[in-house]
Amino acid sequence: MGLNRLRGSLRAVIVFSLFVVLLMAGYTGYKAFGQSVDDAQTDWAVIGSILPRTDDLTMPSVFEIISGIFAEPRGINEAFGSIVVREAAFTLREAAVGFAVGVIVGLSIAIVLSSSRLLERALVPHVIASQTIPLIAIAPIVVIWGRKNLDFLPWEWHDWMSVSLIATYLTFFPVAINGLRGLHSPSAEALELMDSYAARRGQTLWRLRLPASLPYLFSAFKIAATASVVGAIVGEISAGVTGGLGRRILLEAQRYTTGPERLYVAVLFAAALGIFVFLTISLVEYSLVRRKGTEAVL
Amino acid sequence: MTPQPAPAVEIRGVTKVFNPAGANEVLALDNIDLDVAAGDFVTLIGPSGCGKSTLLRLVAALVESTEGNVLVNGKTADQARLDRDYSMVFQRAGLFDWRNVSRNIELPLELMGWKAADRHRRSAEMLELVKLNEFADHHPSELSGGMAQRVAIARAMSFRPGLLLMDEPFGALDEMTREHMQNELLRIWAETETTVIFVTHSISEAVFLSTTVVVMSPRPGRIAAVVDNELDTRDDSARDTPQFFANVSAVRKVLRAGEPR
Repeated sequence: MGLNRLRGSLRAVIVFSLFVVLLMAGYTGYKAFGQSVDDAQTDWAVIGSILPRTDDLTMPSVFEIISGIFAEPRGINEAFGSIVVREAAFTLREAAVGFAVGVIVGLSIAIVLSSSRLLERALVPHVIASQTIPLIAIAPIVVIWGRKNLDFLPWEWHDWMSVSLIATYLTFFPVAINGLRGLHSPSAEALELMDSYAARRGQTLWRLRLPASLPYLFSAFKIAATASVVGAIVGEISAGVTGGLGRRILLEAQRYTTGPERLYVAVLFAAALGIFVFLTISLVEYSLVRRKGTEAVL
Repeated sequence: MTPQPAPAVEIRGVTKVFNPAGANEVLALDNIDLDVAAGDFVTLIGPSGCGKSTLLRLVAALVESTEGNVLVNGKTADQARLDRDYSMVFQRAGLFDWRNVSRNIELPLELMGWKAADRHRRSAEMLELVKLNEFADHHPSELSGGMAQRVAIARAMSFRPGLLLMDEPFGALDEMTREHMQNELLRIWAETETTVIFVTHSISEAVFLSTTVVVMSPRPGRIAAVVDNELDTRDDSARDTPQFFANVSAVRKVLRAGEPR
């Protein structure tokens, strides 16, 4: 069983790597194709004439992007990749705190709403409406609030905590909605069984509703973890917080013409961060939800 | 003559209306009177829609009666529920698949606040009772239907309730497993001296298991007859006796009489 799982994971890693190679080949191929249209000397260039053309500025070569990771920016004695990794760690901290707070808030909402049909019907529309407010509208409010009005807290408030709160705004939602479904998922017989044992509400919640919710919650956690990275990046950009990936992406976007490969590197690292948090949740799920028919992603 | 013990369950003039005054109002039970003496094995039998499951849920206080009283051990049904005077077994075993067999059996004990050591000792005893000792650490998905139902019975008996309420517990099992489970249940009933109320729609099951067969008729749910079911032997061999066949015929006759012509 253990060996089989290892073999399965190994296979997944191989297919994943093959896909990365395939992506790089497709990227390089299209780049060459789009550039050759300019020469207009081949017959197949006619097909190319209806597709966007390419050049070194919009599509730096794979080689340039990879060397961009190891190149040291002017005046700095550190590889660009290592700077971005440090910034990714900064963003990861924001995202992780945002995720944790989002899980607590989302679960609390789910538990409160599941306790009464009236509350659920009256408040779920508000929860859904909350997601239509764009993050860039909330971000400055949260940051200024953090700087001015949170001095009663026993710890010092930093701007990155405001970014975490912005990420929370994205993460609580899937947890609340899926959690609500999960809490309602036990069968009528299972609930009658708990009633027949004169179980208190809290006991039914802890011993039946919550464990039955775990599969639902973990799908939500995976969505929320990825969303927390997006929330942290967007939050950094719209709140003007320095030190993380969001700031880096904004900066490299502004000076794109002088170094396009740097923006590509920053975005690739952001994607890697998203995959990392997703896999972390999958591993926790696999070790916690032992149930037949449940397979981990890796 | 031995003195009559106080009844374990007294049902007096119980009527149950679903959706009262609504468009789909249903008179599920009409003026039911029934006594169940301590130590009896009573089956409720009748066609679907005769309210036998509803009657069982009234005793369990999972459903409230519209009129009349249900007393369990001399208390209201709901007080008996709060005092954990009874335990219930459903058609589906309803084991929690995130708990192994032992922890499923210990569920009611956890709810009652038992210490871990006491819980483990009791669940081991219960596994002995249903003969599943080797399966303590298995998960419900690894059990057959009959084994899962035995675990459900062990869970129900774990805190030794005086009254066991069973709602078609063997209804989803194949015939072979079913007969085996019936034998096991009779053995457990004899060993534990528990009062049992058992809902079924199988005549042979009712006759094989019970001391009293309560025949019900549908629309509205009423008690058509209460048949004393005397059998000289109460084990597997009883299935082939003339007495068993005679009692099956008697119950069938009463059931047929209640059918609409």
